[in-house]
Amino acid sequence: MTFARRFSRIVLYALLILLSVSYLLPIYLMLVTGLKPFAEVNLQTMWQLPNRIAFDNFLEAFDKLWPHLRNSLFMVLPAALISSMIGSVNGYIFSKWKFRGADLIFTLILFGMFIPYQSILIPLVQFMQFIHLRGTLPGLILVHIIYGIPITSLIFRNYYAQISTEILEAGRIDGAGLIGLYRWIMFPLSIPGFVVVLIWQFTQAYNDFLFAVILTNTAQWPVTVALNNMAGSQIVQWNVQMAGALLAALPTLLVYILLGRFFVRGLMAGALKG
Amino acid sequence: MSKRLIPALLVCMLLLVACGQAATTQAPVEKTEAPAEETEAPVEETEAPGVQVEVFSWWTGGGEAAGLDEMIKVFGAANADIEFVNSAVAGGAGTNARAVLASRLAAGDPPDSWQAHAGQEIIGTYVAGAQIEPLNDLYESEGWMDVLPDTLIPLISEGDNIYSVPVNIHRANVMWYNPTVVADAGVEIPTTWDEFFTACESIEAADKICLSMGEQWTAMHLMEVVLLGELGADAYNGLWDGTTDWGSDEVTAALETFNEVLGHVNSDASTLTWQDAAQLVANGDAAFNIMGDWVDGYFSGDTTGGNLGLVPGEGYGWAPPPGTDGVFQFLSDSFVLASGAPHPDAALAWLKVCGSKEGQEAFNPVKGSICARTDCDADLFNVYLQSAMEDWATDIVVGSLTHGVTANDSFKDEINTALGLFMGDLDVAAFQEALVAACSSAGPCQ
Amino acid sequence: MSAISDRNVPSGLPPSDRSRPHAPRQGRRLAFTIDRILSVLIVLPSILAISIFVYGFIAWSVRVSLSAWTKGLIPNYTYSGLTRYIELLSDRRFGIDMRNTAIFTSLFLVVCLIVGLLLAILLDQRLKGEGFFRSIFLFPMALSFIVTGVAWRWLMNPATGTRISGLNLLFDQLGLDFLISRWHTTPPPWGIAFVVIPAVWQMSGFTMAMYLAGLRGISDDLREAARVDGANEFQLYRYIILPQLQSVTLSAVIVLGHTSLKIFDLIVAISQNDIKLDVPAVYMWRTTFDGSNYSRGAAIGIVMLITVAVLIVPYLISSMRSQEAKL
Repeated sequence: MTFARRFSRIVLYALLILLSVSYLLPIYLMLVTGLKPFAEVNLQTMWQLPNRIAFDNFLEAFDKLWPHLRNSLFMVLPAALISSMIGSVNGYIFSKWKFRGADLIFTLILFGMFIPYQSILIPLVQFMQFIHLRGTLPGLILVHIIYGIPITSLIFRNYYAQISTEILEAGRIDGAGLIGLYRWIMFPLSIPGFVVVLIWQFTQAYNDFLFAVILTNTAQWPVTVALNNMAGSQIVQWNVQMAGALLAALPTLLVYILLGRFFVRGLMAGALKG
Repeated sequence: MSKRLIPALLVCMLLLVACGQAATTQAPVEKTEAPAEETEAPVEETEAPGVQVEVFSWWTGGGEAAGLDEMIKVFGAANADIEFVNSAVAGGAGTNARAVLASRLAAGDPPDSWQAHAGQEIIGTYVAGAQIEPLNDLYESEGWMDVLPDTLIPLISEGDNIYSVPVNIHRANVMWYNPTVVADAGVEIPTTWDEFFTACESIEAADKICLSMGEQWTAMHLMEVVLLGELGADAYNGLWDGTTDWGSDEVTAALETFNEVLGHVNSDASTLTWQDAAQLVANGDAAFNIMGDWVDGYFSGDTTGGNLGLVPGEGYGWAPPPGTDGVFQFLSDSFVLASGAPHPDAALAWLKVCGSKEGQEAFNPVKGSICARTDCDADLFNVYLQSAMEDWATDIVVGSLTHGVTANDSFKDEINTALGLFMGDLDVAAFQEALVAACSSAGPCQ
Repeated sequence: MSAISDRNVPSGLPPSDRSRPHAPRQGRRLAFTIDRILSVLIVLPSILAISIFVYGFIAWSVRVSLSAWTKGLIPNYTYSGLTRYIELLSDRRFGIDMRNTAIFTSLFLVVCLIVGLLLAILLDQRLKGEGFFRSIFLFPMALSFIVTGVAWRWLMNPATGTRISGLNLLFDQLGLDFLISRWHTTPPPWGIAFVVIPAVWQMSGFTMAMYLAGLRGISDDLREAARVDGANEFQLYRYIILPQLQSVTLSAVIVLGHTSLKIFDLIVAISQNDIKLDVPAVYMWRTTFDGSNYSRGAAIGIVMLITVAVLIVPYLISSMRSQEAKL
């Protein structure tokens, strides 16, 4: 290794470390605050380490959040799985079985991705009440699935567009129909696409606050609403709040750490290419 | 492998959905965050569908949530057969809570009872929207007309009908100060705004903030106190019933004063919560803070609950803001009865507790407010609250704008927008013009 | 759907399978028709759901925006024409909102793309610990703005002097005083530009992952060929690699563009209802739920939607065309 090359490596790592540190600053702040007793929480001393580490904040936050963390998982897993399935099937049809007008319909579906959710809350609540699903987890799941359709269909359509049609042709010669082709050929090839879509939908549904606060009651609140509720309008215990935020982020963090490399691979395999 | 994958996935999904449903139906309804209660009294799992009462509020944390828990205990002792469902939703000054409530009402699925500020917030929004029931019978059977102040009843009535049960009273016009900072600067507590500006010069010369303020709603709070101080109680009340002209020279002068006051606040105000702003006084960074008397609970409350644990009168002092001595600018948290409440009888049982001496004595010392009733035991309260109780009984009572008493939602929201724009350009003339427009589009000047 | 014509054959499947000897023609046709119907049936639920949950609700909003429902909870559907839209034209707050959105969205897109690309190029240098760094940059995406908004409000505290805190305090202690800033309290119109920082912090990891995938898709042969031709690293990226990433950039713009519209929690958490930092989504929320002005709220929503449509429909049409062209 030449000197120049070694030097450029050092610069590279230094740059990356510097960037990592700055990306972690807010996390550091949350962690340190989460470990402080409330009396020590102060804007001027926010960078300082706690004098005494108070894990009780995490315990307190866990106590309050646990039932809602469970709600979140019961909500997010089906929401992410079902909307990925629907997106996959839609993507298959819209990329390989275009009926007349399919592109127009796909475009109209895609437009749904850009609707500002705040503006449709009232009709949404009225409609969910009408079909008796307001205040239930399945209702919230349904809403996440439906508003997930545009992006999941888009990702899968782009993904499938990269898959050679010759392979389908071969399947067709063997007598497979639309469903058979999907089941035996497309679906097994879809795993990288599923990883991308699942991660995306998991994050979206898990971090959602707006739909959850409007569509569920106390018993079904997911963790984001419960977290927000730990603050009163009078005293906000920032230390417990920050501890809670970190706890609430654990499931998504786990997903990213475990599936991060597949995420990039899935993107490479063609999901989300224009 | 792929042969099995699809069915496996499907089964997986179905299971999860089923689990989800099971969890929602089986999980005992979350009791309020009252750990003591949960451990002592296991949730009854009776087969018969128990009677519930669902109460909606924005009391989710701190003293207010603790106070609510106390009141729920009183309720539970008297109504063991009714399950209390606490649907509190947080949000600064109830903002998220209001969106949730509004959408539920729009969907025709109201909670049995909900929290609202006494005054126009209830009259202009929920009474006008035919969402709540009059409570005259309850007032008569419980004899509340005799124990609530006469000045309060008209504010919670429309025509002859009374529509809400006030639980507590807060005072909006209080000027909190740091005795050390004030003494070091060698100033007296100002009683007029001119004295206040003179005092600010000395305080700022000592490198301290004269008046601490927080995010935008605290600016509106400051504005209403300045309007009250400069216009006096009668003209201030006239702003809300159309008898005082928003375009008058008096209002111009008051807004000029407000503009000058803003020149003495901390530069980072928009990034601070009201606690942050109050803390500046407690820490000795600022001399004054004008804020409602929930500040007292924050200053004097127990440090483990996130409060500052100061001694009233030593760590902090209080006085009426300039020009408002002898006037009590109030706000009140109240509960209402929903039209079409799913459990009207249980809701009435809850409202009885809200209006009772026992309920209010349980709630208010913990929340840090005084009782709406005049017969509460003063010994339960700290020295500040005792002084507030005396003032409540003797002062002229006017309502707060920021906290829903004097203006309906639409009018208040228009004022809020005008104020926000003013905070950007500090153009008094444009501000006044916008206020006049707000009064005619949404206020009493229509 | 009409009978199958050759034009309607699924993309990629050669229209000539009738020539295959072992497939009896009649049977093929039948199976084909069934599949054709099936293909419509499969997407039908999605179409129905989107019709109701997107277009039905938009129609409702349009109706409300044209009504006189400006006060209270009781719907008042009296037709009042375009009054609400005309009012918005002269609404100072809405003017600020539109300006803020324009600044926020354009800065957010540009900075996010640049930072994402930079991170991706750094990570593409065959490093040790690539996975570690990648996780760090992706991490913020896993967090919800409900509370990171608060952390950022602390970080961007503009106080100076003895009460200096947040990043300013850090800069002060590191001797980087020139970086001390008033952050989002900078006088309008640039205060909103600082709110881009947390937004980029959250979403740049995603852009990085997309660009990284794009970079990995470029064959090593191409790079080697360029190096052999004497291109230095800079030239390699400028002339060979970046042009290959155009489609990635377009996808990223679409994803980020729609995210930037939905960044509502962040603005609320940081701006605390400060009108200097107001955006249409916040105005709509406040005027609807705090001010009970449903009609104005709906009108703001529709204006937002139209703005998005103006920007996004050309993309959708061109991608629709290019899909058709591929047939």
